[in-house]
Amino acid sequence: MQFGIFSVGDVTPDPTTGRTPTERERIKAMVAIALKAEEVGLDVFATGEHHNPPFVPSSPTTMLGYIAARTEKLILSTSTTLITTNDPVKIAEDFAMLQHLADGRVDLMMGRGNTGPVYPWFGQDIRQGINLAVENYALLHRLWREDVVNWEGKFRTPLQGFTSTPRPLDGVPPFVWHGSIRSPEIAEQAAYYGDGFFHNNIFWPADHTKRMVELYRARYAHYGHGTPEQAIVGLGGQVFMRKNSQDAVREFRPYFDVAPVYGHGPSLEEFTEQTPLTVGSPQQVVEKTLAFREYAGDYQRQLFLMDHAGLPLKTVLEQLDLLGEEVVPVLRKEFAARRPAGVPEAPTHRSLLADAQKEVVA
Amino acid sequence: MKLVVVSAGLSVPSSTRLLGDRLAAATVRHAADPVDVEVVELRELAVEIAHNFTNGFPGRKLAAALDAVTSADGLIVVTPVFAASYSGLFKSFFDVIEKDALAGLPVLIAATGGTARHSLVLEHALRPLFAHLRAVVVPTGVYAASEDWGAPGLDGRIERAAGELAGLMAGLPGRERAEPEVVPFAAQLAALSSPSGV
Repeated sequence: MQFGIFSVGDVTPDPTTGRTPTERERIKAMVAIALKAEEVGLDVFATGEHHNPPFVPSSPTTMLGYIAARTEKLILSTSTTLITTNDPVKIAEDFAMLQHLADGRVDLMMGRGNTGPVYPWFGQDIRQGINLAVENYALLHRLWREDVVNWEGKFRTPLQGFTSTPRPLDGVPPFVWHGSIRSPEIAEQAAYYGDGFFHNNIFWPADHTKRMVELYRARYAHYGHGTPEQAIVGLGGQVFMRKNSQDAVREFRPYFDVAPVYGHGPSLEEFTEQTPLTVGSPQQVVEKTLAFREYAGDYQRQLFLMDHAGLPLKTVLEQLDLLGEEVVPVLRKEFAARRPAGVPEAPTHRSLLADAQKEVVA
Repeated sequence: MKLVVVSAGLSVPSSTRLLGDRLAAATVRHAADPVDVEVVELRELAVEIAHNFTNGFPGRKLAAALDAVTSADGLIVVTPVFAASYSGLFKSFFDVIEKDALAGLPVLIAATGGTARHSLVLEHALRPLFAHLRAVVVPTGVYAASEDWGAPGLDGRIERAAGELAGLMAGLPGRERAEPEVVPFAAQLAALSSPSGV
C-alpha cells in the first residue's frame, strides 16, 4: 500500500499570527514538504492544480520536475490535473516528459476542478465539464498508446498524423487515477479504462465516499478488469497530530475555526465526528485511518492533506515526522495484515513495464 | 401513505405549526388510505441548515428531515410571512434539498401572518418556488391572518385544500425516486463521437 500527502497549494494567512506567506515562500514550502515526505519514508507527493488566487500551483509539472531532481524514490503525482480545461495534447506531452526525467516515478490524477470561472478563462463551458473529461481523456489515452493519431472530437481542433512527443518512457503510459467526490460518471470512466479511482474523502461524511467507491468497484468488475476487490482505490484524509491528543486539539482549533471550506461552520468536535478528519494522537490517526477500509474495502493509496489552513511550514514538517515515524509504519503493517491475497498493489511504472513485457513474451 | 408537514414557525406554541397540524388532520380525514403524519420543525434544524451552506453536507437531524420530505407521498408546507415573503429559514431548507427531489410530489402551501394584506404571498412567493421545484401544488393555498383564528371561513379553506391534497396523494402516479443512474461509458463516449468516425 502507498502512503503519501497531497497539497492544495493554498496561500492562507496564519490565523494565530495574521501573517500571510508570499507566493514564493509557499511554493518553496511545498517543495520542502515534498522533500520531507521522501525523508520520512512516505511514498507519494501530489500537488493540486489551480489557476486563481489564493492558490500557487498552476504549473504542476514544473514543480514536480524540480522535486524529481531532488528526490530518489518519491512517486510524483497530482491532485488533480484538470482534464477539462487543459489541452489533452499538452498533458500527454508534459507528463511524458516528466516521466522520462523522473525515471518512471510519475503518475497523475484526473479531475474536473471546481472553480467555475476557470472554464471560461480557458475557453471552455462548465456545463460541459463531464463531457470535456470524457472526450479529453479518451484522446489523452490514445496519444500515449498510439504513435500516430488521427482524431476529431467536439471540443478541440482535429489532429491529423499527430505524434505526441516524447513517447512514454519504455512505451508505458503513466498510471492514471480519476478523482471525483460525487460524480458517478467519473467512477464509471475510471472503471471502464481499468484506471484507479481516488476519492478525496475529506470534508464530507464517509457515506458519500462509500457509495462512489462501491460503484467504481462494481463497474470495474463489469468491464472485466478483475474482481471488485481488485479495483485500484485511493483515499484522501486529513489529520493533525500531537503526542497528546488535547495538545493537538488546542493547537489546531484556531486554524480549523477559520479554515477555508470548513471554517465558520460546525465545531471541530462535530466535524471530526462526522467526517474522516482526525485531530488527536498518532494512535487515534492510526485507528481512524484503518477504519477507512471498512467502507472502502482494501485499497491501494492513502494520501493525507497536511499543509493547509495557514499552518506554518515548521508545524507541517513536524506533522510529517509524526506521520512517517509513528503512523505510517503501523498502518503499513496493519493494512498488510488485513489485506486478503489477490488484492493488488497500486500499479507503478515498474509494475506496468513488467506486465507489458510479460504480454510480449506470452 | 406518508404525509410530512414542514413548519417554519419560530415561537412555541406557534400559529404556523397550528395551521400545519390542522391541515394535516384534515388531510388524514379526507384520505381513503391510512396516512402517517410526520412533522418537521425547521426551528430545530436552523443551525444544521446554516452549516449545510458552509460545509456542503447535512448534519444528522437535517439529513433525517430531508429523507422524510423526499420520501413523502404528500407535503404540507407552512411559513410565517417575513418581510412580505416566506421566511429566510423556510427558503433555506428548500435551498439545501437536492434538485429534482420534490419533482411530482403533491404539495399544499400555507402561510400565516399578522395581517390579511399579505395573503397573496402564497401566489407570488410559495407557488412559484414549488413550481420551480417541479412539485404539484394543490389549487387551494391556505393563508391564516391573526383575525382568521376568530372568524368563520378558515375551516372551509382548510377542508377544501386538504381534500385536494388527499385526492392528489391517492391519484398521482408513483414518483420516480432519483437514484443516481450510471450511463454506460460507451454511451457517454458515443454521444460525443464525431461523424468522421476516426
